[in-house]
Amino acid sequence: MNSFLKLIFQLFFVLIFSNPLYASESNNLEKVLNNNFKLIIKSSSRTIEPVIEDLLSTKSPNLEEFLKSWRNKELYYVKKSKLIAILKQKNSNGYELLQFSNKTSLGFFKKKEIKVIKPNSGVRSKISNALIGFQLLNDDPKVRYKSLETLTRKFNSKYLIPLKNALKKENNPDLKKRMSELLVFGTIKYSQNEDEKISSLNSLRGNMSIEARGTIASLLESKLYVSNKMPDLPNLARNIIPGNSYKNADGSSNKPFFYFNKKPEISRSEAIDLLIKNNFLKDHITPSRRDEILKQNISNSHIEGIPVKQLNSSEERNNAYNLLVKLGKAIPLKSDKEIDDLIKRHFFYAVYKEKSPKVINTAKLVFNDINYKVNFYEYLDLILDGLSLASIYFLGAIGLAITFGVMRVINMAHGEFIMIGAYTGYVVQLFIPNHTISLLVAFPLAFLVTFLGGVAMERLVIRHLYRNPLDTLLATFGISIALQQIAKNIFGTQARPLTSPEWLDGALVVNDVLSISLIRIAIFVLGLIFLVLLLLVMNKTRLGLETKAVTQNPMMASSMGINPDRINMLTFGFGSGIAGIAGVAIGLFSKVTSELGADYIVQSFMTVVVGGVGNIWGTLAGATMIGMLQKFIEWFNPSNTLAAQTYMIIFIILFIQFRPKGIMALKGRAAED
Amino acid sequence: MKKDVLNYIDKRNSFFWVSSIVILFTLIIILLSEAYGLNLVSTSFTKVLGKTLCLCIVALAMDLVWGYCGILSLGHFAFFGLGGYMIGMWLMFERTKNIVVESTQNNVLPLTETEISEAVGTQIFGVVGGAEIPLIWSFADSLLIHIVLILLVPGVLAYIFGWLAFRSRVTGVYLSILTQAMTLALSLYLFQNDSGLRGNNGLSGLQNIPNLDDFSQAELSIWFLILSALTLIFTYYICNLIVNSKLGNIITGIRDNETRVRFLGYKVESYKLFIFVITAIISGVAGALYYPQAGIINPAELAPIASIYLAVWVAIGGRGYLYGALIGAAFVSLASSYFTGGQIPNINFGLFTLKWVDWWVVILGLSFVITTLYAPKGIGGLIERIFRRS
Repeated sequence: MNSFLKLIFQLFFVLIFSNPLYASESNNLEKVLNNNFKLIIKSSSRTIEPVIEDLLSTKSPNLEEFLKSWRNKELYYVKKSKLIAILKQKNSNGYELLQFSNKTSLGFFKKKEIKVIKPNSGVRSKISNALIGFQLLNDDPKVRYKSLETLTRKFNSKYLIPLKNALKKENNPDLKKRMSELLVFGTIKYSQNEDEKISSLNSLRGNMSIEARGTIASLLESKLYVSNKMPDLPNLARNIIPGNSYKNADGSSNKPFFYFNKKPEISRSEAIDLLIKNNFLKDHITPSRRDEILKQNISNSHIEGIPVKQLNSSEERNNAYNLLVKLGKAIPLKSDKEIDDLIKRHFFYAVYKEKSPKVINTAKLVFNDINYKVNFYEYLDLILDGLSLASIYFLGAIGLAITFGVMRVINMAHGEFIMIGAYTGYVVQLFIPNHTISLLVAFPLAFLVTFLGGVAMERLVIRHLYRNPLDTLLATFGISIALQQIAKNIFGTQARPLTSPEWLDGALVVNDVLSISLIRIAIFVLGLIFLVLLLLVMNKTRLGLETKAVTQNPMMASSMGINPDRINMLTFGFGSGIAGIAGVAIGLFSKVTSELGADYIVQSFMTVVVGGVGNIWGTLAGATMIGMLQKFIEWFNPSNTLAAQTYMIIFIILFIQFRPKGIMALKGRAAED
Repeated sequence: MKKDVLNYIDKRNSFFWVSSIVILFTLIIILLSEAYGLNLVSTSFTKVLGKTLCLCIVALAMDLVWGYCGILSLGHFAFFGLGGYMIGMWLMFERTKNIVVESTQNNVLPLTETEISEAVGTQIFGVVGGAEIPLIWSFADSLLIHIVLILLVPGVLAYIFGWLAFRSRVTGVYLSILTQAMTLALSLYLFQNDSGLRGNNGLSGLQNIPNLDDFSQAELSIWFLILSALTLIFTYYICNLIVNSKLGNIITGIRDNETRVRFLGYKVESYKLFIFVITAIISGVAGALYYPQAGIINPAELAPIASIYLAVWVAIGGRGYLYGALIGAAFVSLASSYFTGGQIPNINFGLFTLKWVDWWVVILGLSFVITTLYAPKGIGGLIERIFRRS
């Protein structure tokens, strides 16, 4: 079927080209060439434009070939006969040329008799632009694709019609899509036809691509004006009250009740500048102008009897100046009130560049519609961001949920176990270059290393301090700074890379606004796995049962045949081991330094305390709350993540006032501590 | 005889001994100083000694709040830093203003107030991309107000925080974590550029005291040493007074068993709040004396780790012994600057070279663990034991 259609098309073309008109068209080309001969052989980018227009208007089938050979410096002209020709061959007889328009031989010429036409680079780019229309119809899709790319970069009103024609004939779906997109953007920007513009705008409804948003926004661009008459324009964008109203994204204005991170569109001083620029405010003496005039009138370090030394305030200077005014040596100052009145008497407004109110209204409608959708996805993105931060906090805090939450041992070196885990991952990658395998090795190895570290620490230090938690804090802090410094001594102060496998590099792209990086999803999943694992260990295994028994009443537990020493040791090791695994995960997206753990320790403790000590679900709730909260505060003031952290901590301190035992407080006897 | 020595070291007389030693020490340094004496002690070392005295003051505060009242605050170095910021604002503003006025002396027209403040604003806040003087600098031209602020800002912050924390009966480890969070919040806040305190650049040039251009740094260092010594003695007197009064007995009781003291009818929260606020103010004063000698303050100084180090000094010196805190702070901070100063030759063990700069912190950390495990009462406890035994 397709080939049949092609055949018909080919027949159709053959018919067109064998048309009697063909001859006349080629004659047309010749005529244009003759008329513009001088401009073609000595072309400049400034004069060539009308020639190309004329050439294009001939619609000659040879035009493409002509333009190409022109651009590629393959055209010659015969000095005597003023004919444009192409080279056929070059031999001992000289150069044989063919007349371009009908391909008849002009005979042999000597080198002196002919000359190559050499367009300069400016002209060549103009020719290339003209050629795009032909390239869009080229048989090779690659050429068409390339010409579309060029077109995207330098679209203008001239290409609307060629593009429209090309779109009709295009049968490659990808190219077709791109072409119609480009046509829509082009129509909005350059078309003179109101209906066409409106229908193009409507077709962009809900399109969140940056290109679409940019195109519509450029349509809604406006320019500031000031006038002493009330503006009465169909394309008025907004009235502006200096120092008060601010600009909306769609070009309209708004008078807010309070400013949150927003400045009025024009301030008082900007309004004054505008008035001066438009000659509505004449002879305005600015303070610096006043001072200059004062300086000019100094004689003997006095100004009309006033010592210069006295002029150390604005008032004194005004007084001195007014004295000059009285003496007729200067023009009077305008008081603030006069200027304020002047500002009030004038109308400040902005006008859309687009003239048609219908188009503007449609554009506004579509723009706000898109913005609404974009906002929705941005909120969604914010929530997902919060979730992924929450899962990082959860990972950091989950080990603490056991050592601090269940055993009530405050381990300031917990962060350093995270760091050790991350460094383990780095060292494993030094030996195993394959990132996937190295990660699979690093997880259990990090667990093992930090488990042993935790057990050693419990045996050597913490065991002796169970009765005094504050001393544990100090002792583990000593271990923390020692471990940090040891890591610094071994690995240096610069950050070490812990590279994630390639399959984690990408992102899940939902649409133009929302995309989630895979590593964040992986961390979220890892957090979930930890949660399930920990719940299983604490609720379904013997170790979990015995741990709970020992923390609640070690004496009773030991009389039931449980060895509290062993359980404490294992539990502490388990919590530390989980910190190690979390370290590998955290190292994948942040820099591995000796301070890696210290960066997370305060947030981790906060997570456990806010969530409610002794409850793994609580830790989850705490992490979610802190992560979300931080992202939301950041959203309010995106330029300032440090302030967001500050406000979050203050919020947590206040939160603990109302729920001292955290979100999920233990009830009953276990709560008594 | 031995009993007599013991009695002298005893709490009631320790003030006499401590003040005598501090005065004697100061006099010796003055005699050996570059400015007024034999030129044997350099100006920079005099400053180190003066700063150490300030650290002793904040250690006293820490000992009072932790060693006697049982509140392990990881925020007192933040109060210390706040005091430094308060004096630093005045120092920096006044000096910049003097420089601006001086440099424009030859202008045709004398500067107006607004022009001066604009010029000062650009000078001070140029580094953080601002030119306006923030509202919190409104009183920066008044030394008197800023001296009041040195007491007021840490005091009010401690009051608000303490009131919130003690009211909801946050105790023990939780309180420590909460104070640490407060410190972190404060330092993060100061780190940002629009905090109005020059972000991570901090305040600098504090060693130059405005309107005292006739004094050289050597002379200033001695005067600051004297001022620090007198403040230390005064603080010791106050702390000693508190510790040996009925109030002291109550706060020690709170440390040992808070619930029991509460059951006896005391308002535990008020006592804790009083101690927390008074120690915060002492810390602020210490900071205000420290940073003009250090010359620069930035938010990193307020980071939680600094407050933890403060706890380390007091723990090594001996909790519950005021003189222990002094010994701990002086000993550990001087030793730290000595060992990390790079003046000590490295020890070569053949395969392994012990670089003090690298390994000092490790040794400090581990010795800290050992102190906690085997000498929970620190150096103060050792001194007491030696005298009691002999």
